[in-house]
Amino acid sequence: MKITLNGEMRDVGDGTTVAGLLKDLGFQTEGVVVEINGTIIDRTRFEDTKFSEGDRVELVRFVGGG
Amino acid sequence: MTDDPFVIAGRSFRSRLMVGTGKFSSATALQAALDASDAEIVTVALRRADLSRREQDSIMSVLDPKRHLILPNTSGARNAEEAVRLARMARAAGLEPWVKLELTPEPKYLLPDPIETLKAAEMLVRDGFVVLPYIQADPVLAKKLEEVGTATVMPLGAPIGSNRGVRTRDMIRIIIEQATVPVVVDAGLGAPSHAAEAMELGADAVLVNTALADAEDPGAMARAFALAVEAGRLAYRAGMGPVRDTASASSPLTGFLDELARGKAATE
Repeated sequence: MKITLNGEMRDVGDGTTVAGLLKDLGFQTEGVVVEINGTIIDRTRFEDTKFSEGDRVELVRFVGGG
Repeated sequence: MTDDPFVIAGRSFRSRLMVGTGKFSSATALQAALDASDAEIVTVALRRADLSRREQDSIMSVLDPKRHLILPNTSGARNAEEAVRLARMARAAGLEPWVKLELTPEPKYLLPDPIETLKAAEMLVRDGFVVLPYIQADPVLAKKLEEVGTATVMPLGAPIGSNRGVRTRDMIRIIIEQATVPVVVDAGLGAPSHAAEAMELGADAVLVNTALADAEDPGAMARAFALAVEAGRLAYRAGMGPVRDTASASSPLTGFLDELARGKAATE
């Protein structure tokens, strides 16, 4: 299944959850925000939110800033 | 100065120095600056995660939510909608609903877009955010933002990262005179004396980042800024004397030695 992750096409397995993707990427869930098709995913839903074909996913995190 | 708390949106702070966390050479340098600054309000930014790197130390590991109010900024937003989106993302990440509204679409001077800033401020206030908008030192805009419910105004001293000091002094003075919300001078403060100057003018707080990150010893520079902010605040509260065009002698102008001599000669 193909999704667009931060502007790049990416293959993920069917049934991949947000939590699963973060784990695959080596990200902790803390300080990370996930948006699917413009909707922010509540962090309590990371475990049970699955991707669908063609989802536009934004993965953002906190960085140093003024 | 425990008898002089700094209050934003009903929340009381000891420190009047806010610190930005960008551009530090290492987490150690940032940590040293945070510790020495004694800052309680600390800004961060939100960016797309770099997926090419597996191991990524989060900025959040350096910050202590017990000690710091983590204030996300909306840097990178080009219009009101993008700023609101970033603020909501930060809130969704578990931060308190506070936001430094920063809308700087033009990269050379990074000056804030006043129209989009006002629009975004209205939307964010309606959405329940405590909004701290970064603005040009424009007293009219500052009033309008206050009217839509922002918790502070944050006029710039000079362009972000320019280290040029309080170049907008006269307008900041007017903003301070008219404001009923705290005024935080943000951007351009490159030296502790700049921070002291802003505080002497009556600013409620200042925010620095580049001046600390650029320093050879960020920890020592942070301490210098903390002292300057405190000194400037004390001076403001002490009430400074007027500026004069001519001299005003500090020592008495009577009883000079030659007068004594003259007086003596007259009696002989």
